[in-house]
Amino acid sequence: MGLASFLKSRLIPAELDSHVDRIRKPIGTLGYDPWGYNNEVMKYGLGLTRQLYEKYFRVEATGVEKIPAEGPVLIVANHSGQLPMDGLLIGYALATREENPRIPRAMIERFFPTVPYLGNLLNECGAVLGDPTNCAKMLANGEAVIVFPEGIRGSGKLYKDRYQLKRFGNGFMHLAMKYKAPIVPVGVVGCEETIPAIANIKPLANLLGVPYAPVALPVVLPAKVHLNFGDPMMFDDLEIPEEQVTERVEQVKAAISELIDTGLSERKRLF
Amino acid sequence: MDEQRRPHILVTGAAGALAQQVIDRLRETCDLVAVDFRDQVYLGDDIPSYCIDFNKRSFEDLFRRYKFDGVIHLGRIMSSQLTRMRRYNANVLGTQKLLDLSHKYGIKRIVVLSTFHVYGAVAYNPALIDEEAPLKSAGLSADLIDSVELENLANIYLWRYPDLNISILRPCNIVGPGVRNSISTLLGMERAPVLAGFSPIMQFIHIDDMADAIVLAYNKPKRGVFNVAPEDWVAYQHALKLCGCKPIPIPSIPPVLPKMILGTLKLRSFPSYLMAFFKYPVVIDGRAFAREFEFTPRRPLKEIFRFYRENKKPV
Repeated sequence: MGLASFLKSRLIPAELDSHVDRIRKPIGTLGYDPWGYNNEVMKYGLGLTRQLYEKYFRVEATGVEKIPAEGPVLIVANHSGQLPMDGLLIGYALATREENPRIPRAMIERFFPTVPYLGNLLNECGAVLGDPTNCAKMLANGEAVIVFPEGIRGSGKLYKDRYQLKRFGNGFMHLAMKYKAPIVPVGVVGCEETIPAIANIKPLANLLGVPYAPVALPVVLPAKVHLNFGDPMMFDDLEIPEEQVTERVEQVKAAISELIDTGLSERKRLF
Repeated sequence: MDEQRRPHILVTGAAGALAQQVIDRLRETCDLVAVDFRDQVYLGDDIPSYCIDFNKRSFEDLFRRYKFDGVIHLGRIMSSQLTRMRRYNANVLGTQKLLDLSHKYGIKRIVVLSTFHVYGAVAYNPALIDEEAPLKSAGLSADLIDSVELENLANIYLWRYPDLNISILRPCNIVGPGVRNSISTLLGMERAPVLAGFSPIMQFIHIDDMADAIVLAYNKPKRGVFNVAPEDWVAYQHALKLCGCKPIPIPSIPPVLPKMILGTLKLRSFPSYLMAFFKYPVVIDGRAFAREFEFTPRRPLKEIFRFYRENKKPV
């Protein structure tokens, strides 16, 4: 136990500990929720992410207060940078905001649950398998869910395609409409530069059973990251044809694109 | 006829701890008959008890003699017992016989005990699985096929003969004193195997709570399929820790490796066909049952695990 408490004292400052406890997320008697979230592990996660957030990527987040204090909400962002660093940073911004912090839930790739240690660790920190049923049940539970509608199309793209939004899936819009969840668009700038990839070796990816195998430097570069949160967008739950759903998705995509442009214009240098 | 006639109920699986709990709860108000595939158990002078194969003709005599009103079907040979073929005969064909006889003799209420194993443990399972979710277990392991077949059968009778008022209960892991299934054995051990790097979220229900649930279900003739699980969750390895159980990690990748190891070891409590359940979570949503039958489990997880921690060395 000596080592555990030493690590805890080093990684989790008292104020972070009480901050997480202040967020009264509904959990079972042993600290878990049905998706595997665990309060204690979350504290370690936030403690480690703090170093990345504040020291390594020196994140500047604007408008995080626009995420509603309670109730279901979808936080929709552009995906980039090979590793899901963007989800981590958005989540940290939401969990540590001064007023009404919330536990973020990120929808992750279907491949993660099959990876030993990592899959469990991600679950314990609030990440959840990206399944529509999961997302629906979480919105019904009133959770704040981070979604990357581009999926691996976004995170796996090459450096030459940076800041070009790939096709958005329509799933998130259907869920937002059904559960009357506002959508908060987020433009992430900087993550594209963390692991610039010049090619993707598809046969190797298939062999390893991973979504993509980028040709890149084996380091995560300390690019400065800007997160721009937009105003919440509400959509009614009328029965509309898929074409109109796609139009609504395009509205969200346009909002994100605008937020990215804002971030790019604010950015003074890459690192 | 007699207005005061007590309900006559056939309870199967009488040798199991769960059935005995159910019998204890009903014996005051009902006339019970207990049967079991495996042993004849003495349950007191007021309860006739039989060791009988449902596929034998003499089974029908019980229906003739006792004029049952209801059946509580808890008798299932667990996946760790007997061979696949004998399990199929007992669980599937035996159940079919039971349901046929129930139909023939005008039974008005049947509760069938199934298991959450029918959903199958798959990496892509969402959490809080509803009753409508597809049953994936059959595709995964031929050893669990009798569970799914038993359900299919009960489902066919459920819709074809509405008068039988069949309810199928799919509980999460049933644990507690006297339970002999594989998860209960694992929690009771000094050291238990785990798959390295995997600690799926699990749900546990205390045997007393499960018995309460079965009695509640029996008393309200509401047809359908229901998950039974408390709204509390814990990771497998955390549960072992709380039970005072040291984990023995088994290498988990590549997936053939643990399969090979478990296939060679042939552990009764950790068989290779249940491996996926120790790798991926199967979290079921028990809220529909709780709402419909006003069921609230009363034994918290901590109490369940304390029992295992304090009873490491059974006398």
